[in-house]
Amino acid sequence: MSEPSTLFEKIWQRHVVRPETDETPAVLYVDLQLLHEVTSPQAFSELERRGLALRRPDRHLATIDHSTPTTPADKHGEYDWTTAQARIQVETLYENCEKHGIELHGWDSPNRGIVHVMGPEMGATQPGMTIVCGDSHTATHGAFGALAFGIGTTEVGHVLASQCLLQSKPKTLGIRVEGDLEPGVTPKDVILHIIGRIGVGGGTGSVIEYFGSTFRAMDMAGRMTVCNMSIECGARAGLIAPDETTFSYLQDRPKAPSGANWDAAVADWRTLKTDPGAEFDRLVEIDAAGIEPSVTWGIHPGMVMGVGGSVPDGEPDALGYMQLQAGSPLAGESVDVVFIGSCTNSRLSDLRAAAAVFRGRQVADGTRALVVPGSGLTKRQAEAEGLDEIFRAAGAEWREPGCSMCLGMNGDIAQPGELVVSTSNRNFKGRQGPGVRTVLASPLTAAASAVTGRVTDPRELPEVTP
Amino acid sequence: MSRALIESRTFNLPVKNIDTDQIIPAHFLTMTGREGLDRACFFAWRFNEDGSDKADNPLRNHDRARQQVLVTGENFGCGSSREHAPWALLDYGFRAVISSRFADIFRGNALKNGLLPITVDEAVANWLLDNPDTVVAIDIENRSLKVRGYGRFDFPMDPFSAYCLVRGIDPLDFILQGADDIRRYEESHGK
Ligand code: SF4
Repeated sequence: MSEPSTLFEKIWQRHVVRPETDETPAVLYVDLQLLHEVTSPQAFSELERRGLALRRPDRHLATIDHSTPTTPADKHGEYDWTTAQARIQVETLYENCEKHGIELHGWDSPNRGIVHVMGPEMGATQPGMTIVCGDSHTATHGAFGALAFGIGTTEVGHVLASQCLLQSKPKTLGIRVEGDLEPGVTPKDVILHIIGRIGVGGGTGSVIEYFGSTFRAMDMAGRMTVCNMSIECGARAGLIAPDETTFSYLQDRPKAPSGANWDAAVADWRTLKTDPGAEFDRLVEIDAAGIEPSVTWGIHPGMVMGVGGSVPDGEPDALGYMQLQAGSPLAGESVDVVFIGSCTNSRLSDLRAAAAVFRGRQVADGTRALVVPGSGLTKRQAEAEGLDEIFRAAGAEWREPGCSMCLGMNGDIAQPGELVVSTSNRNFKGRQGPGVRTVLASPLTAAASAVTGRVTDPRELPEVTP
Repeated sequence: MSRALIESRTFNLPVKNIDTDQIIPAHFLTMTGREGLDRACFFAWRFNEDGSDKADNPLRNHDRARQQVLVTGENFGCGSSREHAPWALLDYGFRAVISSRFADIFRGNALKNGLLPITVDEAVANWLLDNPDTVVAIDIENRSLKVRGYGRFDFPMDPFSAYCLVRGIDPLDFILQGADDIRRYEESHGK
């Protein structure tokens, strides 16, 4: 019998083209590279400069999401580009995909969306795969039991040319959460709580496997929310073992295996789990009962508190930037903008959660709320359920899919000094516009804050006057 | 060409905490190619907003052909993780940078792209900053830096970067040298 091994170890072993040596890292095979307009152009030009061909166009999938406007095209089909350069980036990706035979989901594709929302929705993300993308939130795909790394542009070029990635073997970190989540507590609160607990460097150099009954009970969107933010504690990737929830999500998706291939795939995927007795380099255990609706109060995603708590002391730079007082509550702070979107929280279940709060209520005077679905498919599904009507009736803006105010590259930004309650993943200084103060939160907390105009614990909402 | 040995004169920018925004301003990041990086390198130090030359440009006396090694104050390359920073320095003509401390991400990005970051003790850095246009010889294989008129010093480097630099290859060359392995892997794994 072979040694018991972790899920990470199993996927790693399946993809070693050349093993690691004292001098050289392992060469790992990459099953799928996802591409978008921002981090790919120099990788393509490097390929050309060297006179190399793209090795496996069939193992690439591209979309446009970061620089794209989230307002619809005008009657001439023109988009409201924030800069001419943004448009050129998108056009360059069109040209590169055309030239190299890569499947691109551009403006006319019904699937187009944020790369980490679209890939899974199309069934391109599958258990046991290695997946890379020139984007730090690629760990999202780990929710399916895929080993997914965010990489830099140089490495995007490596994968274009060779379908391989150089990696030294990471350490493993097991994070076990057991128990049911309290009402009002969502997967976003779980991951914020974890990052707050282990710190922004707590996962450095590691691949995290999340396991335990709390993750088992989550739907795929929730698991993606958790894995998405693995990078925020420094981890190279996050993983959740595939199970029936994973398989039923994938079945009948356009790029998932079908027929007899489906049965064979599922039989294989069932073996993708950490064996009893296998050990992680480090293990963290958390009781779900202790997790509250959580928010960030500072300038990195490890500065986390329960939304009802008081702001901690000892970080003058963060407190100064956020214009907060140590010891004071964050709840009740006036909110200028609410952003519901990003690859962390823009899926159908996120939009449903937000809509449940907006239903029959109004966005507060003086507050602006932006709801940006993660993809074309999510948008259509939400509209089929009438969620868009609920958002519009509440006075929120319902936009076209894209990254939008997560990083504001497309021009969706807030004004200096404004406080944004955001369902995205980074609250660094200036991330959502120069001088903008970001509070990261769940879709429930964000929507509750939109209708009250103040940072609000969603559990208090029934008592709030609409 | 093996890059195992670099012999050059030094050029000094005696400034601490030179961040990647100084090395290449953010507005060049939307570029889609790698052309024109030479001009983008230290743009705001070299050019006025209208594109004309700056009178007080600290690089105006730089002899690019002879001075391929940059010496700077501590914490070089801090700030955003843009890979454009080493690209710009290389395109401008630098092959190595010497400092008493580099920002981690910049260091990694530089090595991936064949720009050599050499960390030395503060005393060595200070001596170099006091003695501009010094002849240095960098021996990558032995990880040693010879400073004419001052001495020989070891510098640290991770094994794979040294492996590539000594052979005059970059990481993609290394991967592609194993093209047969990749083909075999694809065949045996049905990919
Ligand atoms: S939504 Fe934000 S974090 Fe996600 S891919 Fe887009 S910019 Fe990156």
